[in-house]
Amino acid sequence: MYPPRFAYEAPRSLDQAQALLAEYGDEAKVLAGGQSLVPLLKLRFAAPAMLVDINNVPDLEYHRTASDGSLRVGALCRHADLERSTLLAQFPVMASAAPLVADPVVRHRGTLVGSVCHADPQGDWSAVLLALDASIVAVGPEGRRTIPMAEFVLGPFTPALRPGEIAIEAVIPPPQHQPAGSYFKLERRVGDFATAGAAVAVEMDGSRVTRAGIALTGVGTLGTRATAAEEALTGHELTDGSIAEAADAAAESANPQSDHRGSAQFKRHVVRTFVSRALHRVLDAPAGKAA
Amino acid sequence: MTAVDERKIGGLGTSRKRVEDDRFIRGKGNYVDDIVLPGMLHMEILRSPVAHARIKSIDTSRAWEVPGVHLVLTGEMAATRNLAWMPTLSYDTQAVLATDKVRFQGQEVAVVVADDPYIAKDACELIDVEYEPLPALVTPEQAIAEGAPVIRDDKAGQDDNLIYTWEVGDKDGTDRAFEQADVISKLRLHYPRSHPSPIEPCGSVADFNRATGKLTVYMTTQAPHIVRAAVAMIAELPEHMIRIVAPDIGGGFGNKVPVYPGYVCSILCSILLERPVKWIEDKTGNLISTGFARDMYLDSEMALSKDGKILGVRIRADADHGAFYADAQPSKFKIGLLHSTFACYDIPNAHLMARGVYTNKAPGGVAYRCSFRVTEAMFFQERMMHAAANDLGMDQAEFRRRNLVRDDQFPYRTPFGFLLDSGQYHKCLEVGLKAIDYDNFREQQKQARARGRLLGLGISTMTEPLGAGNSREFDILGIKMFDSAELRVHPTGKALLRIGSKTQGQGHETTFAQIVSHELGIPADDIVVEHGDTDTAPFGMGTYASRSTPVAGAATAMVARKIRAKARAIAAHLLEASEEDVEWELGRFYLRSSPERGVTIQECAMAAYGNMPDGMEPGLEHHAYYDPPNMTWPFAVYIATVEVDPETGVWDVLKVVAVDDCGVRINPMIVEGQIMGGLTEAYAMSSMQFQTYDAEGNCIGSNYMDYLLPSAWETPGFELHSEVVTPSPHHPIGAKGIGECAAVGGPAAFVNAVMDAISHTGVRNIDMPLLPDRVWEALNQRRDVSGAPPVRAED
Amino acid sequence: MTVVHEEPTAGADVPTRRIRVTVNGVTKTVELEPRVLLVHLLRQALGLTGTHMGCDTTNCGACTVLVDGRPTKSCTMLAVQADGHEVRTVEGMSTPSELHPLQEGFKEEHGLQCGFCTPGMLMSAKALLENNPDPTEDEIRWALSGNLCRCTGYQNIVKAVQWAAHKMRGEQA
Repeated sequence: MYPPRFAYEAPRSLDQAQALLAEYGDEAKVLAGGQSLVPLLKLRFAAPAMLVDINNVPDLEYHRTASDGSLRVGALCRHADLERSTLLAQFPVMASAAPLVADPVVRHRGTLVGSVCHADPQGDWSAVLLALDASIVAVGPEGRRTIPMAEFVLGPFTPALRPGEIAIEAVIPPPQHQPAGSYFKLERRVGDFATAGAAVAVEMDGSRVTRAGIALTGVGTLGTRATAAEEALTGHELTDGSIAEAADAAAESANPQSDHRGSAQFKRHVVRTFVSRALHRVLDAPAGKAA
Repeated sequence: MTAVDERKIGGLGTSRKRVEDDRFIRGKGNYVDDIVLPGMLHMEILRSPVAHARIKSIDTSRAWEVPGVHLVLTGEMAATRNLAWMPTLSYDTQAVLATDKVRFQGQEVAVVVADDPYIAKDACELIDVEYEPLPALVTPEQAIAEGAPVIRDDKAGQDDNLIYTWEVGDKDGTDRAFEQADVISKLRLHYPRSHPSPIEPCGSVADFNRATGKLTVYMTTQAPHIVRAAVAMIAELPEHMIRIVAPDIGGGFGNKVPVYPGYVCSILCSILLERPVKWIEDKTGNLISTGFARDMYLDSEMALSKDGKILGVRIRADADHGAFYADAQPSKFKIGLLHSTFACYDIPNAHLMARGVYTNKAPGGVAYRCSFRVTEAMFFQERMMHAAANDLGMDQAEFRRRNLVRDDQFPYRTPFGFLLDSGQYHKCLEVGLKAIDYDNFREQQKQARARGRLLGLGISTMTEPLGAGNSREFDILGIKMFDSAELRVHPTGKALLRIGSKTQGQGHETTFAQIVSHELGIPADDIVVEHGDTDTAPFGMGTYASRSTPVAGAATAMVARKIRAKARAIAAHLLEASEEDVEWELGRFYLRSSPERGVTIQECAMAAYGNMPDGMEPGLEHHAYYDPPNMTWPFAVYIATVEVDPETGVWDVLKVVAVDDCGVRINPMIVEGQIMGGLTEAYAMSSMQFQTYDAEGNCIGSNYMDYLLPSAWETPGFELHSEVVTPSPHHPIGAKGIGECAAVGGPAAFVNAVMDAISHTGVRNIDMPLLPDRVWEALNQRRDVSGAPPVRAED
Repeated sequence: MTVVHEEPTAGADVPTRRIRVTVNGVTKTVELEPRVLLVHLLRQALGLTGTHMGCDTTNCGACTVLVDGRPTKSCTMLAVQADGHEVRTVEGMSTPSELHPLQEGFKEEHGLQCGFCTPGMLMSAKALLENNPDPTEDEIRWALSGNLCRCTGYQNIVKAVQWAAHKMRGEQA
């Protein structure tokens, strides 16, 4: 309930923030929305020497569609902004995930980029961004680089950020065809971490799947990409048969642990069910209005 | 002049808006953590990270060095004041600060007092404790196994982990009933460990004044007078020099009845430092160390005739009390009122055997929104009824109809010795069945099943003994369980009522004034209700077990009647008549011979101070103690319908119907609020709320990430029915307890509904909580799911 | 922390920061350690005890306040982060003569019992109605799902918010 002592700076530019990170190295932590970090401080599970609060860094609150059609989400864009955004129409899996992250109050302060950087295997956005082939833009001592989501999480709570690097943006590439899909999450109550979740992002050319991204939440120590399930769909007509095949493949690619939220077998089954439901929702949507 | 219109003065039966709300909606409540005293210091507790270990050494030297630290207190130091241990409310002892061993994860080991809580917490982290681990026992089965380590080796003569065995009922008669049975139905259940978990944790501000010798303690307590007596015994302070103040309390639900080590430490620290010391528990501390509830294994069987009459019931109960037997409950009943089970059914024979055991888990077994273990009693009863009806192949409603006590059977003596005094059980059941559209639902259910959809309906009927107690049978620490009230009517007819019970949200300040209004005709807005301060409040045993209205409420009515009797004498004097010629109507005495000649209660009040009859003691004030002749016996029917998703095990509540007969309702709005709150806790317990322990004794459910309380989103809506009213025959205004009924009777409605929805699988039982994985497992593997959710490492 | 130490005990070497924060329309300058949580600034330094601390894990929402109009769990924000920002608490909802319709609604519909969660509920509900003046029951339940109540069962809280929404839209409640 009472955080330990730490030094604190709230730089007004990215350069200043980077300088602080360079100075303090591993002893520094970046504070954005703070909805994961501050609870860890309160429980004294984290004890950084320096907190670099980036909330005063200008021009990071945005989310916008770039000229190439990609969605850009700045490091200080709050979940609640996405929840209410009209720009997510092109990214239906994000639109369905946004209201399921944490709880409504936390969503007003927590950020998408921060949540991805926290790299919790049970975090919702990581799976969603993985399914969308998104990437994270970071700036650091060696300049600016773009890290694909598939390479961004090295392990539980371990993002692929180098010392001194700050994640400043998530880039979600534009769909080439009609985007569809949704995020399903089994939570025991609002605000709970996922027992299991599935992000299903497809693009449709008529009834044919031109792209499929399927990623899972809470069923592996790393973000789980259901590659075999994607392959079962890509380039094929979406049918009951292909859906069943994809759902089975997704369940197969899950690597859940049994815990007090449920057995591995149960979680695997939930994955199968969710992938199937998400795809059926696409199949059942009226033509031209893919779900 | 005519009588005052009771509806216009906020009297009995009016949904008067709450007077408490005016401060709460403005953020002007006064909770313990809001209290700031000059020179106040802050205390934090260092807790054991392990469940069972011998303490080899405690080194506090680094903690003492932290700037701003005033005191680091260990058990060894407390022992010099004879305070390393304290008595519990169940005649056991409990460590205040561990000296020899720690016996559960979260046990208090040391405290630090500092300028502010941040510093105190810093210093706690610098205390080095060396533990020598011992095996942890986390189930009754482990605890009573041959050769199990003795948890309470501090107690002379305790050479196992058994606390008590307790037996009630007629064993031979019950055995004979089973011999005659056509059908014997069996069921084994675990009622999981739960925690009342008010949103406000526990806390205290202890202020010992050396100059006056007086100790004042502001604390989160539901029972200030019990605490005062306990503190007098524990701290060896004279009781008249102890003042316990319970200010606004952020929910209690039974959690805030016992005396906890944190309170005692803050008192001791204040005495040692001669400064006020504030202790505010964090949520984890609250969840892992203070009074939990339930954690009971129930194993039993029912003897039935083939036409659906219950011939007898046999029950075995094992209660896991954790490391110290620290229930707050009447001394005579070792496992509370568990033997109230099946009270509403006409059963000739019953027998109950109970055992209590120590384990390496947090101590307690408190009455969480329940009249001492009746929650387990009613849950077990209705799950058994459900299973028995299925075993008989009989309709759930019909089976209950055949066994519920009939109106003409009152007063009815249960086989366990309770005396039911009133009720209309069958009528309540029919109201509930009609509200849920029973026959239609059964048809709908059949059709849905054919399409693969799983609908279910669960019935739970209950009565529970509320309002402990009567002094013949009920005491805590030897103090009998009555309550009292004091009423002063001021010269202008305004009044001050002081009561011995203590609200934690039930609205005493609103409803108790309404009782006085009903008796005297003084508008409720003209009456202020004070409570919670032992220096000013009359003696009371506290607010829990739904006893405020039945006991303190009755005392309030009785004290008002004493006032009325004196006012009658004054009225006679004012009207120049004899008392026999004076009649009462609400708010006014008048002459029987000429009704237009009368005096109001307010005029009598003025006269009591300025124009009393010769020889009469001045003033208009009185006090009354009420010792109830019996408990009150509310009755309720709760029916829930659900749909289960066979693919995920998720179940949604379709409808909840509640029919509560709690006698006369003082404030219907508040009564309904109590019922809805209770139903929500019932839903919580059935669906998600639990604590469990892993093999090492680590508590799962130590914060709100894993101790799951439903939000507005999950919580279903409720349909309440109030048309059945059977007044309590002995309560002065006919009221019965209500605060807990729905939390007690509700869980079985939800569980029975889910079991009904999956009845085609042959699964007989899923123990609570009915989390999706457990329901799915039952459905998928077609087997019962028993015990607390396991903390599985890998399949 | 923000208390004045009676001796220079906590060490003059403990770094503090001076912040300016506007609470309920009044701008204050406070000097505090960076680790102090916003809820403690409000409750202890500013004496605004209407904001409550219920849990350690950002679940219960009893501490919800509005920061620049957004509902925020004040136990999960550092006080120094409020530097230059505007905070609203339950104490700022009413004027001496007039209650906010939500406050009235909670009383009228018996939307509170022990009162501990109430200030946080009021703050979340206020943010909801500012964005959505005519919410459905489901929208209300969803918007309040980050605030836990142990007493009421929520049904009357929903009614209370509806009561206020009616009144704020100028309709007959």
